[in-house]
Amino acid sequence: MGKPLKQIHLAAHFPGVNNTTVWSHPEAGSHIDFDSFVHFAQTAERARFDFLFLAEGLRLREQGGRIHDLDVVGRPDTFTVLSALAAVTEHLGLTGTINSTFNEPYEVARQFATLDHLSGGRAAWNVVTSWDAFTGENFRRGGFLPREERYGRAREFLATANELFDSWDGGEVLADPASGVFLRDAGAGAFVHRGEQFDISGRFNVPRSPQGRPVVFQAGDSDEGREFAAADADAIFGRYATLEEGRAFYADVKGRLARYGRTPDQLKILPAATFVLGDTDAEARELAREVRLAQVSGATAISYLEHVWNRDLSAYDPDGPLPEVDPVPGENTVARGRASVRMFRDPLATAREWRELAAARKLSIRELVIETTGRQTFIGSPATVAAAIDDLVQQDAADGFILVPHLTPGGLDGFADTVVPLLQERGVFRREYSGPTLRDHLGLAAPRIPAPTGP
Amino acid sequence: MPPSDPAPLHLAVALEGAGWHPAAWREPGARPGELTTARYWADLVAEAEAGLLDFVTFEDALGLQSTDPAEADGRTDLVRGRLDAVLVAARVAPLTRHIGLVPSVTATHTEPFHVSKAVATLDHVSRGRAGLRVQISERPDEARHFGRRTASEPASVLLAEAADHVEVTRRLWDSWEDDAEIRDVATGRFVDRERLHHIDFEGPHFSVRGPSITPRPPQGQPPVSALAADASAYPLLARSADLGYVTARDAGQARAAVAGIRAAQEAAGRAGRPLHVFGELTVFLDASPAAATRRLQRLDSVHGSAYTSDALLFAGTPAQLADLLLDWRRAGLGGFRLRPGVLAHDLPAITRGLVPELQRRGAFRRSYGASSLRGLLGLPRPANRYARPAA
Repeated sequence: MGKPLKQIHLAAHFPGVNNTTVWSHPEAGSHIDFDSFVHFAQTAERARFDFLFLAEGLRLREQGGRIHDLDVVGRPDTFTVLSALAAVTEHLGLTGTINSTFNEPYEVARQFATLDHLSGGRAAWNVVTSWDAFTGENFRRGGFLPREERYGRAREFLATANELFDSWDGGEVLADPASGVFLRDAGAGAFVHRGEQFDISGRFNVPRSPQGRPVVFQAGDSDEGREFAAADADAIFGRYATLEEGRAFYADVKGRLARYGRTPDQLKILPAATFVLGDTDAEARELAREVRLAQVSGATAISYLEHVWNRDLSAYDPDGPLPEVDPVPGENTVARGRASVRMFRDPLATAREWRELAAARKLSIRELVIETTGRQTFIGSPATVAAAIDDLVQQDAADGFILVPHLTPGGLDGFADTVVPLLQERGVFRREYSGPTLRDHLGLAAPRIPAPTGP
Repeated sequence: MPPSDPAPLHLAVALEGAGWHPAAWREPGARPGELTTARYWADLVAEAEAGLLDFVTFEDALGLQSTDPAEADGRTDLVRGRLDAVLVAARVAPLTRHIGLVPSVTATHTEPFHVSKAVATLDHVSRGRAGLRVQISERPDEARHFGRRTASEPASVLLAEAADHVEVTRRLWDSWEDDAEIRDVATGRFVDRERLHHIDFEGPHFSVRGPSITPRPPQGQPPVSALAADASAYPLLARSADLGYVTARDAGQARAAVAGIRAAQEAAGRAGRPLHVFGELTVFLDASPAAATRRLQRLDSVHGSAYTSDALLFAGTPAQLADLLLDWRRAGLGGFRLRPGVLAHDLPAITRGLVPELQRRGAFRRSYGASSLRGLLGLPRPANRYARPAA
């Protein structure tokens, strides 16, 4: 007998403002009309997914000093659209990416507590951090945070928000008309936080929500990010969806939990994954190729190369060879408002590798970019994809996946109709929700309110 | 058309807890244990929509309710705790079709960038029914929840800052032209970047670059409103608002308030711009005047003291209230924001008593005739300040 089958967790990432999203397809719908969000969320719920995921960026991307116009641009306010989606779904978790640099804990805590109340316990928070003055130009304090302090700010922000969530224990509201007692506790919501980033005190004004605290996600891949997740998060939104890389990441992050007195099941590892389905594996491969061509136009290929080269390459022919000039080292000044440019830690080495690959395989710029970036995670028939997902989860490369379709709003429909039933037949994915809250879906225990620590 | 047949009245209801009287939560049907549930707010807004009201407002604050102007009062006999107003409005938006949804937002402690995209998104999810009621906070306890402001600043500074806040919010709504999304497959461009605009606001309290991350809302500019408890807020209304609420106690005060606001518009060089002035009243409605007065007295006695308010307390019949509203309309008010004393009692009394009374007098709509809040209020959809006129 092997070990019991792990249950897979699945989430749906609303297609984002990057070139994964194909907007030129005839079936590509609006990225802002509420109907698109309703369709997407209701498909995810019909498929019994754990949650919907929304990314966020607080400044429109620029390239070479101008707004980047090749990808989808524009998205709703995260909290507001999630609250509206709570009205058209019953079980689906609602995960929002909220920045810890350009917000204040009191406001964010009451927004998450409110969302959790209004959704009956389905709120989750993907805590992200940034430091760039570029985004700061949209906010009161500007780019105030040194890069090296960003995780300190994020951890203190989350700790402060948790103090606010925990300032109500859930038993305070009696609301008894006969006795006239509304609150059992005159001190409900009292908090004091004195720290490096926040020096605040007073009374939190949202009574304890159904989940107590929102489920917390972390998305960073650096050592600091992994440590933050191990200490404070309920789930980590990973990058590695292949067997070897996934297993290494999984073992590394789960191995950090014991240091914080936590067990491996208390942190779910959910890499982002893309997919292309076909009736047969061969058909899916052909479709995947077409999707890649739509995702990487000639102009997008040049733009992508500029992220690495950090210089204007608009004079180059995307169907011609790679540039002979080397990347400009140092801070990326060409592509702004993107997290992805930080992936290229050594642009000179990347450029060298790409030139060698292009020369060996006679690839143009566009072909090179298609080849080296953004290949779909799962390509195949529904049976092939279901087997691949199950295999990666059972082999401890992941606890599940956050699926990123390339089409809005119907990109999840085929997966819901064909892959999910196969996973259910394998006995590794729920047929019905087991409880009302996102913590129930993810198998996470309710948070405990820490005992007060002396005066 | 006879001159005695002016435009129909606009009616809004201010939703707050179980109602505006402090003892409202102890009344039959008040559901005080459900104030943090979606169902409670959805039911209230559905009732308001059944009464064809223009909009509802949602009160909010960045601190716990208190009878003390400076700090928590430690009381346990009154409603304490609330939900974020923008999110409550968004939660009920998909459940309603016509009624305007106007959350209250405190400019003093919030980021205009966040507020702008939140209200724009409320407008998207409600398909053109969002508004915004902007307010300031002078409370030191709320300032301590943010720790950003050290010294207490006078109301005049906070009001000026609120006007800047609205200016940024509005510029960000216009930072996308309506047709910025082009999806031009031939050139591979999703947007025309010439139709996206930096707003480059610079002021004493903040500077904001823009553009917004959220496309222009369906209404272009969701209506902005503010309460002017006295003349100090008239410049804010004149500069920033589509709609102001005034707490007159009689028709003469209403007339004076309207004149003051019009003068402030002149002074701001905005005399021609549409700016509704609504009266603000707290109402207790019953079938007879005596019953309404008795109910108010009973509520006061349960509370242990007489309820006082910045707004006039009206206790009477729906017909008497209709008389008063039509009288004050002659003083120049375009409509009213009514604060139900007890939501469980006085909201249905408005929708099922006052509204039919006004309809009989030809002073209120018999069906919704517009699909946006601006449409209900008779406000045209504004042109985008950044759009170049077509060549």
